[in-house]
Amino acid sequence: MLAYTLRRLWQFIPTLAGVVLLVFFLFNWIGGDPAYLLAGKIPNPETIANIRRQLGVDEPYAVQLWIFLKQILTGDFGVSWSTNERVSDIFATRLGPSVTVLIPLLMISTLLGMAAAMLVAYVRGSLTDRSVMVACTVAQSVSILVYILVFQYFFAYQLGWFPVQGWGVTFADNLFRYAVLAIVVGVAVSLAPDIRLYRTFFLDEINQDYVRTARAKGLSEARVMWVHVLRNAAIPIVTNILLQLPGLLAGAFLIERFFGIPGIGREVILAVERSDFPIIKAVTVYVAIATMVVNLVADLLYKAIDPRVQLK
Amino acid sequence: MRESSVWALAWRRFRRDRLGFFSLIVVLLYLVVVLATATGLVARDWQQEAGVSFAPPTFLGPGADTPQLAKRAEGAQALSDYGIPDPLGPDLAEIAKGLSGASANETRAPTLALGGDKWGRDVLKKAVKGTETSLFVGLAAAALATFLGTLFGAQAGFRGGKVDDFFNWLYSVLTSIPYLLLVLAVAAVVNQKGVLTVILILGLTGWTGIFRLIRAEYLKHRVREYVLAADAIGASGARRMFVHILPNVSHVVLVQLSICVVLFIKSEVILTFLGFGVGVDTVSWGSMLAEAGSELLLGKWWQLTAATVAMAILVTAFSLFTDAMRDALDPRLK
Repeated sequence: MLAYTLRRLWQFIPTLAGVVLLVFFLFNWIGGDPAYLLAGKIPNPETIANIRRQLGVDEPYAVQLWIFLKQILTGDFGVSWSTNERVSDIFATRLGPSVTVLIPLLMISTLLGMAAAMLVAYVRGSLTDRSVMVACTVAQSVSILVYILVFQYFFAYQLGWFPVQGWGVTFADNLFRYAVLAIVVGVAVSLAPDIRLYRTFFLDEINQDYVRTARAKGLSEARVMWVHVLRNAAIPIVTNILLQLPGLLAGAFLIERFFGIPGIGREVILAVERSDFPIIKAVTVYVAIATMVVNLVADLLYKAIDPRVQLK
Repeated sequence: MRESSVWALAWRRFRRDRLGFFSLIVVLLYLVVVLATATGLVARDWQQEAGVSFAPPTFLGPGADTPQLAKRAEGAQALSDYGIPDPLGPDLAEIAKGLSGASANETRAPTLALGGDKWGRDVLKKAVKGTETSLFVGLAAAALATFLGTLFGAQAGFRGGKVDDFFNWLYSVLTSIPYLLLVLAVAAVVNQKGVLTVILILGLTGWTGIFRLIRAEYLKHRVREYVLAADAIGASGARRMFVHILPNVSHVVLVQLSICVVLFIKSEVILTFLGFGVGVDTVSWGSMLAEAGSELLLGKWWQLTAATVAMAILVTAFSLFTDAMRDALDPRLK
């Protein structure tokens, strides 16, 4: 186990180097000279030279790469190009709102998705199963944008059940007032793909020998499904949720943007709109690192839950 | 019994799946529409402001708040009287007459088939034209991604060794960044709108899923007897890769291609909505949804509905068709 972990950590190095090179290549090479972006509408050569010196882009590429590496290692990406806020401060303050929406969203959608998936897997091949699957396909084919627009319009503008957008000061206010509609939309969007995926996990288990054994020794259907099958199907489900986590953190940008939630995702969108490269660079590198770590944790967890799994 | 090819067998299985077959017909109908718009037969004049602003759909009847252009013209004339003869008066009157004449010729319809947008453009035509953009972007980007994924996967799986290591490294680098974040980062750097840009962004970042599957297939196939036999009679590496093995893994390619189309259509909509997608002179479902957000607050729901329905039908049909195709091509999966 330890040897495996160490080997995996060792393999992080080339991948991480690749991510660093990719980000560097994108932003420092293809991205062009940021000085022209920053100098404003009527740039004069002096300002441009100044900005270039400040950002270090007048240095050769090797030196720029070294600066970038130092930024990653120290976690100090300098200041945002558009607001002059420290990048590290931005992340520190934006993480809370993201997590406030994300954790309840994940818990609710997972529980609902698992329950529904178990139900349709139990009646597999029936009309219910087929129609739920088609309904899921239809639900998945509607863009997330439409869910957000329509939910916001009906539940916030028309019915007035929730604030249209915004973010409060206290945690309780945020969780129970401002985040609710965002969570509802998130659950509505993720339910259909979750049900489809989890259903396959349940189907894999339902045909196993141990299920037949459990039935043969006279256990009730409820016990077979809720205890025997559920426990085994939960393994890939938990892993799957873990793997989604880093992507969700940055990927909830549409929801955060529409509901005015000052999270990481909204920050990414703002940064892309303003060509605020330090923020995008930091997000990309750190999310990549988080993805790799989570992958490793998921594999180790898999092994811990299911001793049959052989790690290579 | 007559012997049938793999494809004929698959087709027979596919035809038995009624839902899948129906989906195929829907997808083909969409392709016909795209051909019609691309050749300019339909919806060529989608930019024409045919109706009044926010013309409601015909089945609702004309709205009560239809802006009256004529009233504004009368009001303008009443202003010009200060007791002094206006030196430009006759000329202005002439121009005004010309203008009103022009707008009288170009009568704006009070209602349009599926309603109008802010500028009175026909939503139906926009949806049809938007279908062309979105579907074309999806297909082209999927073709590019599938081409890259197949090429890289074949090289990595077949050649092994250093080549395999390199492509695996590239794969792990690209997949360690969440897909939409990667797409947004590239969009931020490229900072250029347009259909071609979107296709390149989606295609160049989206090949990883196909790569993984194709590589696994090639690993499996390269030691099969028919490939060893081809090697024995002196077939070159490229020939074995693309003439011998590729037809045997083409069903994987085909299914992945169609999964990609769905993914990329959805991604294009989000990219365009955020303003990093196709340009302002092009209409796509994403740009329609972007307009629809503020329209909804005014109670003008038809553009949102038109874009959503057009997209939902295509994506649903394409997904069901993909599922049916996968079942038909690989009967072991069930």
